[in-house]
Amino acid sequence: MSFISYLVTGISLGSVYAIIALGYTMVYGIAKMLNFAHGDVIMIGGYVVFVAVSNLGINPYVAILISMAVCTVLGVVVEKVAYKPLRNASPLAVLITAIGVSYLLQNVALLIFGSDTKAFTSVVTMKNITLFDGQLIIPGVAVVTVLACIVIMIGLSLFIKKTKAGRAMVAVSEDKGAAQLMGINVNGTISLTFAIGSGLAAIAGVLLCSAYPSLTPYTGAMPGIKAFVAAVFGGIGSIPGAMIGGILLGIIENLSKAYISSQMADAIVFAVLIIVLLVRPTGILGKNIQEKV
Amino acid sequence: MKMKKLVSLLMVAALSASMLTGCGSSNDAAGSSDAATDTTAEGTENAAGGTLKIGGIGPLTGAAAVYGTAVANAAQLAVDEVNAAGGVNGMQLELNFQDDECDAEKSVNAYNTLKDWGMQMLVGSVTSGCSIAVSEYTKDDNMFQLTPSGSAVECVQYDNAFRVCFSDPNQGLASAQYIGENNLATKVAVIYDSSDIYSSGIYEKFAAEAANQPFEIVSAEAFTADNKTDFSVQLQKAKDAGADLVFLPIYYTEASLILSQADKMGYAPQFFGCDGLDGILNVENFDTSLAENVMLLTPFAADATDDLTVNFVKNYKDKFNGETPNQFAADTYDAIYAIKAAAEKAGITADMSVSDICEAMKAAMTEITVNGLTGTITWSADGEPTKEPKAVKIVNGSYTAM
Repeated sequence: MSFISYLVTGISLGSVYAIIALGYTMVYGIAKMLNFAHGDVIMIGGYVVFVAVSNLGINPYVAILISMAVCTVLGVVVEKVAYKPLRNASPLAVLITAIGVSYLLQNVALLIFGSDTKAFTSVVTMKNITLFDGQLIIPGVAVVTVLACIVIMIGLSLFIKKTKAGRAMVAVSEDKGAAQLMGINVNGTISLTFAIGSGLAAIAGVLLCSAYPSLTPYTGAMPGIKAFVAAVFGGIGSIPGAMIGGILLGIIENLSKAYISSQMADAIVFAVLIIVLLVRPTGILGKNIQEKV
Repeated sequence: MKMKKLVSLLMVAALSASMLTGCGSSNDAAGSSDAATDTTAEGTENAAGGTLKIGGIGPLTGAAAVYGTAVANAAQLAVDEVNAAGGVNGMQLELNFQDDECDAEKSVNAYNTLKDWGMQMLVGSVTSGCSIAVSEYTKDDNMFQLTPSGSAVECVQYDNAFRVCFSDPNQGLASAQYIGENNLATKVAVIYDSSDIYSSGIYEKFAAEAANQPFEIVSAEAFTADNKTDFSVQLQKAKDAGADLVFLPIYYTEASLILSQADKMGYAPQFFGCDGLDGILNVENFDTSLAENVMLLTPFAADATDDLTVNFVKNYKDKFNGETPNQFAADTYDAIYAIKAAAEKAGITADMSVSDICEAMKAAMTEITVNGLTGTITWSADGEPTKEPKAVKIVNGSYTAM
């Protein structure tokens, strides 16, 4: 019974990783850059909801919408100010800029909110599900997280396949120059990608903080890195890959904590990543990348 | 990942380089202010015996900010009291408290800043890791160091360092004995931070002593600094093992998460912690009802009724926005009075060198007895205090002596 319980927590944690990983993978697929500031957008999303709910008394669901709006604007502004001028610069310069933005966001949060841990009030009101006479308790937040992850995944896939803007994203990711010649607004498409990725980050932030209710300026850093691993694990650039990578990573992390060693969980997660990359250098669903190149 | 580490290292290097460039000017500033205080000291020396410069280091921001702030506040309160009552040997005390964000490197930087300022003895660092890092430097400089709350064994490994709080092994020992003697549980689970010297130190001694006690450790699960938000697995294991008491030799930030995750799981054992849990009631927005009935081993309870505690709590509240002082504040208050007692015993004067002060204080510390907030304390030459442990229970959102 405890195995199922570990599995459920693993899937729930993995779903958060998956939502964050979607942001990494979309931006990488289109702008060919690793947006290391993505994890910190999550943290900002968490703080916006915290301030709105705890300090201003706004309805939690409205707060989530506000948080998504703030993060979307933040993502687009960061892209315009920090990344757009470097579009033709070397990938390393963009990478370093992304790390700089990450530190900037952390320190701005540190200045505004201070470094004390804030206890986040869960916005998920769903009750725990008790099965088998209380032997198995599934936290409500786990159910909501997994459902949110599935809905986002389906929505995003439909958006990319069915809408004009979505198809423009695919076109830009395959060949920027050709896409421009076809009359696609490349800059607009990249901005849109950042906007969607950052909006998702806000949702991920809310779910992360609802499951683990502690909020500090560094809250986003470690989940951000893990989600990046998940994106690489699943095949960076591939949306279903981010999903599978995230959930697998969460399950591996939780089960190795439970059955191997609670201290070694992170080491095991990264060891699995190395093995997967040795066997399949492009990740589990990494074929998409080869088509693009 | 690797790349990020590498690049962040580079950035740190660049940052420190820029700090070094900044240092030139701040050194000058420190130098000139030194000169300024020196002249005032000389001017008043005949009348008042000069100024004894005490440095303080601790986390005023960061994850352990509750501790550092309490220490800085209490140190200032005690210094003001001592000065108002005529100082030490006619000298006034001057306190300069620096932030280290609970980071060993920043703690050493703070130590160097304080040395530039002209520090003659050190109160700090507040946390164990920082205290150990700084003690390597105080040893080389032969600077007298008194940490109010650095509880790891190594904090006082050199003979110039003393502490006011209990050591980690003592806390582990006392916790095991307390649980055993009061029959609090028969099956005990432990959740500890294996990447933290404070936490693992307490755990090791606790586990060793458990063999002599009428309870059994049914589950001992660790977590690390990089993985300290999700405790569901550790709690699930404790629950499956049927533990009726969970021992938490950890800091309050993680403990607040453990309490709320246990509540979500519907798991309600007795929780028992050490002085690291002190501060859990101050976590912003934390539902303190979750901490109800949590027990912790601490030498200080703010609701005690002796005159010393009552006055201290009142003065502290008046001065610092109604905040209730915690055990760190009490340890620090005792630390300043220990310095006063030892300095009077040793006949310290402001014009003595840092090394001479240290030698004199080392000898005097073993001879004094301080009737402080945290009990009647004496020190041995290895830097360890001797005092009685007390346990408190959280009832209606405040500590109640047991």
